Amino acid sequence: MTNGLLELFTIFVLSGFVGFEVISKVPSILHTPLMSGSNAIHGVILVGSMVVLGSAHTGPEEALGFIAVVLATLNVVGGFVVTDRMLNMFKPRQSAPASSGPAEPEVAEKPPADGGAA
Amino acid sequence: MSRGTVIDLCYLVAAIGFILALKGLSSPKRARAGNLLAAGGMALAIGVTFAEPDLGHIDLILIAMVVGIAIGVPAARLVKMTAMPQMVAAFNGVGGGAAAVVSITEFIGADTKLVATYKVLEVVFGVLVGAVSFAGSALAFVKLQELMTTRPVTYPAQQLINAMVGLAALGIIVAILVTSSTALLWVLLALALVLGVIFVLPIGGADVPVLISLLNSFTGIAVAASGFTLNSNVLVVGGTLVGASGMLLTRMMSVAMGRSLPNILFSAFGSVITATGATEGPGGRSVRAGTPEDVGTLLAYSRKVVIVPGYGLAVAQAQHAAKELADALRARGVDVFYAIHPVAGRMPGHMNVLLAEANVPYEELKEMDDANPEMATADVALVVGANDTVNPSARNMPGSPIYGMPIIDADQAHNIVFLKRSMRPGFAGIDNDLLYDPKTTMLFGDAKDTLQKLVAAVNKA
Repeated sequence: MTNGLLELFTIFVLSGFVGFEVISKVPSILHTPLMSGSNAIHGVILVGSMVVLGSAHTGPEEALGFIAVVLATLNVVGGFVVTDRMLNMFKPRQSAPASSGPAEPEVAEKPPADGGAA
Repeated sequence: MSRGTVIDLCYLVAAIGFILALKGLSSPKRARAGNLLAAGGMALAIGVTFAEPDLGHIDLILIAMVVGIAIGVPAARLVKMTAMPQMVAAFNGVGGGAAAVVSITEFIGADTKLVATYKVLEVVFGVLVGAVSFAGSALAFVKLQELMTTRPVTYPAQQLINAMVGLAALGIIVAILVTSSTALLWVLLALALVLGVIFVLPIGGADVPVLISLLNSFTGIAVAASGFTLNSNVLVVGGTLVGASGMLLTRMMSVAMGRSLPNILFSAFGSVITATGATEGPGGRSVRAGTPEDVGTLLAYSRKVVIVPGYGLAVAQAQHAAKELADALRARGVDVFYAIHPVAGRMPGHMNVLLAEANVPYEELKEMDDANPEMATADVALVVGANDTVNPSARNMPGSPIYGMPIIDADQAHNIVFLKRSMRPGFAGIDNDLLYDPKTTMLFGDAKDTLQKLVAAVNKA
């Protein structure tokens, strides 16, 4: 075992703990966006794909590297766009319908609708 | 500072962005900022990779990226919110595929005679996990898109055949470690693709969301393995973060469904059901079908109405109509809220996303644990396109496949109204006794249609 490997392994283990810790308090309402968001994050394989294509020497390597970059780009852009679309719907609303009570729902809900369109 | 140091520092900043992004995603208020932070970190990581000293083929890289963007952005923008789960599956699959291809290419490019055994092991691991994730996600996509049956697919000696394929893959791995043969690596790739397919085949449609979360975690691990191969810190951090958080998320989801992960993966949930369902059969029992007018009047003169949405609401695109009904009722002074089962829809949180799309305020959505204590005092539980998540057999029928799954206690409301297209059982494929309850009224038809009729009826009442 080389020092380089040990260093990577250290990063691996610590990242694993961090990954567990940071999401341990996620409410179930956000599970889908979280899954989608972390899906986009593993798109970081694009960096690896670029390096592989960038150091390709033979035709087959170039072809494989090309495929890898296309797939990884799909992962990155698709992941972030989908997540953003989902989260866009969780925009905080200016009014507080819960506290203003059921008496005047029409009035309470107009402003956010306009805000959403803007 | 040398150029390499600056590049590495940028990767570190990107990695911190990923961590803070996951943290941000834990709160509805900061989630969007979290996602943008992750995107920013990703942009930095990609941008700085272009500055890597030995990076050739920049033209090819750019072309490949443009191709990816040209396909990915429209696909992600145009997909309907109801089809989101299969889209996540697809984007996850391509990530796993990329990781597998990166590992293969690196192996081909290296002088295999000089490569240390642990390096080969990293490659083999990346190829195996990445390819399983790719093929599994592809099949999950096909299932969710309903291009094939959503029921578990079983065949004779399934466990034995799966075990044989697994053992064969293991044998090939050992052979690769000994011989460093490229040809064998391709064989492993093929076997891993088969493994991904046979791993997903016996998993029923209702469990596919948990499966996608698991495959998401797999892809993370495959990316981390590629990171080991390429000696890339940012790949190891990014991949491992997703691998670890994905595992935890998968566990949270199985808990929400009241089942253990091995049970979901290996029990072929749903295949048993056809057997038990046949003996009981819905045949003899009768249901009470109502008219929108009757139900509209019932709703209009209630004090408390709980809307229980399910996937049927999503399919019918009825979230806006549901909000209209809630608004009409609230205008009459009726107390209305939505009771959201954690796995309503096809993914945990799916229903929240759909209702948020219809501008339903966050405050009106109650999660199961907050909603259930209020069910006994509700005049009407309006079940819109949900079935399994309100099935009392989860509570009182130990033999039932969904026994133990927490449910919304719709049966405790004074009246229950089901909006359903037909008497067909839900995604889990089991009969629901609640449909035959004397307190239950059925409104057959398209959910959106029926809801609009209900709004009209409420306004007239």
